[in-house]
Amino acid sequence: MPVSLLWAVDVHGRVYSLSSAGQQWELGRDAPMEFKRVTAAQQCCWSLGCDSSIYLNVFASDLPVRYKVETYENQRWNPVDGFSERLLPSDRWQWSDVTGLQHQPLHSFQLPSSSWEWEGDWYVDENFEGEPTEKEGWTYSIDFPSTYTKDKKWNSCVRRRRWIRYRRYKAMDTWAKIPSQPMSLPDPFSDISCGGWEISEEPGGRLSLWVVSLQGKVWFREGICHHNPEGSSWEEVPLPGEVVQISCGPGDLVWAVLWEGKLIVREGITRDCPRGLSWAVVECPSPEVGAIHVSVGNGVVWAVTKDNKVWFRRGVNSHNPCGSGWISMVGEMIMISVGLHDQVWAIGCEDRAVYFRQGVTSSELSGKTWRAISAPRDGERPHSSASSQQSAGRFFSGEVQAQSVVSDADSDVEKGSADGAIFTTPEPSLGSPTEPPSNPAVDAPKARIPKVTSDSFISELVSDRDQGKPSKDVLSVTPAVLEEEVIPADGEEILLCAGEALLSTESRGGPQWSNVDLEEAQTGAVLDLAETCSLSSVTTFTLTVEDGAEEHPMWAWVSGEGCSVDSSSQLNWFSSSANTTSVTQSVQSMSLSISPAQTAAWRRQIFEQLSERSRREMDDFKHYEQAIEQSVWVKKGAMQWWRDWKPHKWIDVQFAFEQFSGPDGNKDGILFIYYNYNEEKKYLHAFINEVTILVPVLNDSKHTFAIYTDERTKQRWPIRVAAATELEMYDWLALLSVSCCESRGIQGPPSKQAIWSITCKGDIFVSEPSPALEAVPYPTPCDQMFWRQVGGHLRMVECNSAGIVWGIGYDHTAWVYTGGYGGGFFQGLASSTDNIYTQTDVKSVYIYENQRWNPVSGYTSRGLPTDRYMWSNASGLRECTKTGTRPPSPHWTWISDWAVDYSVSGSTDREGWQYAADFPASFHGYKTMKDFVRRRRWARKCKLTTTGPWQEIPPIPLIDVTVLPCGAQSSVDTFPLWAISSKGDVLCRLGVSAQTPAGSSWLHVGTDQPFKSISIGAAGQVWAIARDGSAFHRGSVSPQNPAGDCWYHIPSPAKQKLKQVSVGRTSICAVDENGTNISSPSRRVVHRGFLNVPVCFGVFLAFLCPGNLWYRQGVTPSYPQGSSWDHVSNNVRKVSMGPLDQIWIIADKVQGSQSLSCGTVCHRLGVQPIEPKGQQWDYGIGGGWDHITVRGNAMEPPRIGLLSQKDTAPPTSSSPLPVGIAEPNGTAVYS
Amino acid sequence: MADDKDVLRDVWFGRIPTCFTLNPDEVTEREAEPYYLLLPRVSYLPLVTDKVKKHFLKVMRTEDVEEMWFEHEGTPLKWHYPIGVLFDFHASNTVLPWSITVHFKNFPDVDLLHCPTNSMVEAHFMSSIKEADALKHKSQVVNDMQKKDHKQLWMGLQNDKFDQFWAMNRKLMEYPTEEGGFRYIPFRIYQTTNDRPFIQRLFRPVSTEGNPHTLFDLLKEMCPDALTKDGCLQHLLCLPWTSFMSLTLNLCFSSSPPPKVESASLLG
Repeated sequence: MPVSLLWAVDVHGRVYSLSSAGQQWELGRDAPMEFKRVTAAQQCCWSLGCDSSIYLNVFASDLPVRYKVETYENQRWNPVDGFSERLLPSDRWQWSDVTGLQHQPLHSFQLPSSSWEWEGDWYVDENFEGEPTEKEGWTYSIDFPSTYTKDKKWNSCVRRRRWIRYRRYKAMDTWAKIPSQPMSLPDPFSDISCGGWEISEEPGGRLSLWVVSLQGKVWFREGICHHNPEGSSWEEVPLPGEVVQISCGPGDLVWAVLWEGKLIVREGITRDCPRGLSWAVVECPSPEVGAIHVSVGNGVVWAVTKDNKVWFRRGVNSHNPCGSGWISMVGEMIMISVGLHDQVWAIGCEDRAVYFRQGVTSSELSGKTWRAISAPRDGERPHSSASSQQSAGRFFSGEVQAQSVVSDADSDVEKGSADGAIFTTPEPSLGSPTEPPSNPAVDAPKARIPKVTSDSFISELVSDRDQGKPSKDVLSVTPAVLEEEVIPADGEEILLCAGEALLSTESRGGPQWSNVDLEEAQTGAVLDLAETCSLSSVTTFTLTVEDGAEEHPMWAWVSGEGCSVDSSSQLNWFSSSANTTSVTQSVQSMSLSISPAQTAAWRRQIFEQLSERSRREMDDFKHYEQAIEQSVWVKKGAMQWWRDWKPHKWIDVQFAFEQFSGPDGNKDGILFIYYNYNEEKKYLHAFINEVTILVPVLNDSKHTFAIYTDERTKQRWPIRVAAATELEMYDWLALLSVSCCESRGIQGPPSKQAIWSITCKGDIFVSEPSPALEAVPYPTPCDQMFWRQVGGHLRMVECNSAGIVWGIGYDHTAWVYTGGYGGGFFQGLASSTDNIYTQTDVKSVYIYENQRWNPVSGYTSRGLPTDRYMWSNASGLRECTKTGTRPPSPHWTWISDWAVDYSVSGSTDREGWQYAADFPASFHGYKTMKDFVRRRRWARKCKLTTTGPWQEIPPIPLIDVTVLPCGAQSSVDTFPLWAISSKGDVLCRLGVSAQTPAGSSWLHVGTDQPFKSISIGAAGQVWAIARDGSAFHRGSVSPQNPAGDCWYHIPSPAKQKLKQVSVGRTSICAVDENGTNISSPSRRVVHRGFLNVPVCFGVFLAFLCPGNLWYRQGVTPSYPQGSSWDHVSNNVRKVSMGPLDQIWIIADKVQGSQSLSCGTVCHRLGVQPIEPKGQQWDYGIGGGWDHITVRGNAMEPPRIGLLSQKDTAPPTSSSPLPVGIAEPNGTAVYS
Repeated sequence: MADDKDVLRDVWFGRIPTCFTLNPDEVTEREAEPYYLLLPRVSYLPLVTDKVKKHFLKVMRTEDVEEMWFEHEGTPLKWHYPIGVLFDFHASNTVLPWSITVHFKNFPDVDLLHCPTNSMVEAHFMSSIKEADALKHKSQVVNDMQKKDHKQLWMGLQNDKFDQFWAMNRKLMEYPTEEGGFRYIPFRIYQTTNDRPFIQRLFRPVSTEGNPHTLFDLLKEMCPDALTKDGCLQHLLCLPWTSFMSLTLNLCFSSSPPPKVESASLLG
């Protein structure tokens, strides 16, 4: 979870923020004045100043906020002057907007506020729909308004050109006043709340901001989005009464409190109408005392009444924003703030401390207990006496325990040790003395220890205040030390004792036992908050009462709307002692607390000593007989197998794996599949050392995996087996993978030269290239490459030969490879112990709602008998209902509800419908007379959590990334890494080196339009593809000028839109969007209907259209842009150019002897300096492959290959292609 | 870089050269030759002495044969201790090969448990595994395993099959790195100087301050006498390596975490 901030204002009006990863409140020092209230989003924070005006603090990010303004210059031709600015009276303005209706001279553009600055001066746009125009940028037409072309024709009577200028928001990380709107806003403001960012994803960064004026009016800020953070104007919202306070959740919930104490709820908030339509009134929780405060989240409402009682509203969701009833909660608060994930913060009524509601989960939205945040403020020294002991100075609440408050100092000592629950073993000779770990505070005079034991902690705290006099001393109690002697070897007994301890504390008078989980609780919040809460029925915690109000921060307002934590987050907010820094960090991950270098050192030492022992004990006795003779080990299991003969179906088989090892310890194995064929017992076998890859194929009905050998790869027909359970499948996969790697002598992390690839399921595979892989003319055949899986889930991966590997997930999160291996289902021996982290990914599942028009009732879900399912997948062939559609595999879980998807290609109407004359046809986003059917797309998000050697690089979501390829012995130490954000911005990562592959920060590279693909070549040539399909070359990129200076437009191949580019050492290749016919003499149509794809990978691939592969001709050092695009091949989905100019692609429709595969790894053979385009394709693993990168393989092929090639120069017919594929029958991938 | 796997392998494949001689008091038909074997450290005596039994039975009459037991320099060897522990405990300072005397009568009921069949060993082994998992994961892992998984674990040990054993044992060793690891370190400390069989107490992998515990911490807590005043580091390193290893061995054996966590700051 990314780091985010909790904001709060103290009673003096100072603004503080507390990072979810931090431990102390940071003072917002540059605040221009005192603030009354704050409301935060993840990207900015709004506040209400003491002058009652509104301030905005936009958090600096690597992406600048820039806004493009444009205007058109129009000219008409006349016979005298040629084209001139003299227009006809009926014409548009000489300077106008794109429609011509608005007069827009250059000087009419003003900066919206002092927070903006111009990035440069006006310039003419010389790019017209992806094509460069002539120098002046004019586009021509017959008349206004009409279609324009970039070429002047004989009948071109008018022309226009576009002027562009960028402005940039400069007031980042400072509080900027929102200019007031003098006409409409006579009132000073009194409350503010922002939210609503989940209503719609378009435009990016959209927010709803609601404010309340002193007169009780409510205003809504229009037009807030990423490139307009300040919004544009205030709109008054009509009201049924006078509002005192308002709260807006991240979704479509908005509640407000009226003067008289009633609550009102905004209804009709949709993506088209974020302001909503009307108010509904909700009665306040208790009729005699009205509400004074309300706060809403995604699906929760919390309120505070005038007597400071806290209330939780039941049954609130976006269909029923009013909810169903109030539940009284414990605690007395003055205000409450609901944040992301419905987490709750509040300010205590009496002590004015900030409380966090613990244990709020999606299943238990009301949480469990209040816990005070005791982080010190910036610059405030931690409590001197508190620092001596962990448990001191920490507010903590457990559950109910009926014990009186101890106020006597003497009894406290006893009580303290009893509560600390030191259990001394009855056998003193063995049990080590239970010395309290050096704890000076335990002897200190004791103050009152209120037993903070229940939810009613606040009131108890309050009542405690009244008794006794405050003491300067802070009490701390020995943390529970649990010692148990277990004499017989019996684990159950230990647990039993511990369990007994739970019950015994209160009932027994004798030695006190402690809850085993107490220690966990004392170690901090980091372990398991939920468990602590639920189990700590007898735990008691000491509560330090801090002395004096001057030490104790008094808070007035808190805002958690932008604070992304949840009940599983590890928070460091709850203890104030000085030494927590080291503690919390080390607890967070045990494996991280020891540096890898140290780990390596002691591990090597152990290993050496072990070897030494073996030498000493065994070297002289090698001739002795072994006590146990080595034999064959067999693992068997019942499986299902997708049988080889027709009709293909799953049949029950016996699956057996025999592993045998010779005396030298070398392992080998054979896989057997025993099946019945016509009542006859038969078997199929595969040698483990011939298996090239094991591919897990998990779907909602079967737990299958595919086993490939080189022969099976040629056939495009793997051995497919299905295990009964997912666990069993992973057991087999883990065992077989380890055996395969062992038989090939492969272990540890992938090398720097490794070739990485990704399947359409997001699984990551890696292959170690042999030097002969790129040999000419006899390279290692591609189908013999051995692939092994690496944990994690990615959509794409890019690397270079310095070992820098970056990946991008389906949710566009960027990940960097940590140098580990394993993760996912590879556990234990098959996985490295360090460098494995949790990885999550999110994607959407889409289904279609189809309707047909009939004259009686209009559009209904009653179709014709011949129609598709009324709820279906995109093709309409499969029924997909809202309730029946499951996540793609058991690994995915739903994280949202079904929602209409408006971002379908082709537009939609306001309800998301698309219309057509009939199924299946092309749909459009408006209804015409001829349309009889309509459909709309529903999307639901699902999330996957796995582990792998990947670490997240927040915060910018990416769609493409590329890193400089380098030679095997490169002296470069920092590597340029370029990326494209999901918005289309081009970014350059600084500080990427072999030691810090994650780099340090992003540098934004300006572009005139959004980009979608980028690649950097060996000499620093950067090529990119814009969203409109045109190519660009970045000039003057060098180590001194890592971002280059300007973009050169490169026209795309005629009538083609490019989608991806890859640059090797000198060669540049690009792939276009679809394979519109490029004439080719040998091209044949694929007739064989059966794809193996549906079996293996579902229908995912069927809708991807492969494109053509183009090679850039004429690229020279002096003319890096090259001259023209040369067609290489069609049916190509993706290309990866290596540092030796190797060409590897993902191709579609590769024909094998048994089947056809889509998404196949292919290698271009015969690539040489004199023939950079190569000669023909060699086919490797597939189908279902989505991505490959060979940019790490800088291994020069052996020289012999080149010599023999000169000597013999074999004709291409002696290609190394296996027979089954040399003449691919019907394949459309051709040479 | 040496990997965890290499360490585990070396621990597993640790062998002790042993010379079995028949007790001279046994009634034999002719003189019995000593028998030489490489015993795996990670195993139990009854599992590896089939050949020994067969060898000596050749020279004995059936009526003279009772339950076989072993003794080293007068001490009966407890079959329910791992072989590596027995060796380090009793014989680490003697000359190799380890000399073991084989008896077929006068079974010392006071010192040894009877072991009629290997299923006794299996029961003992599985109960150690369960106990260790109870300490580490509240028995969740071992309870989630199927009967055949338990069998595989046992067969792996019995047949000295590293992969077979570790394919299952890895499950017992897994723990999420992000949630602070597991609950308690399962361990036993055997001491020659003590009457008690071994020390076994609850010990968390992480200290209350959040630092991972090392072997040093464990020893300091459990048997401070074993450590000299001038710091444990030198002392432990001066200890015969084998003593440390029998500890590690046993740690591995009762499926504790890989020894690295304990020995981190000890050796590093």
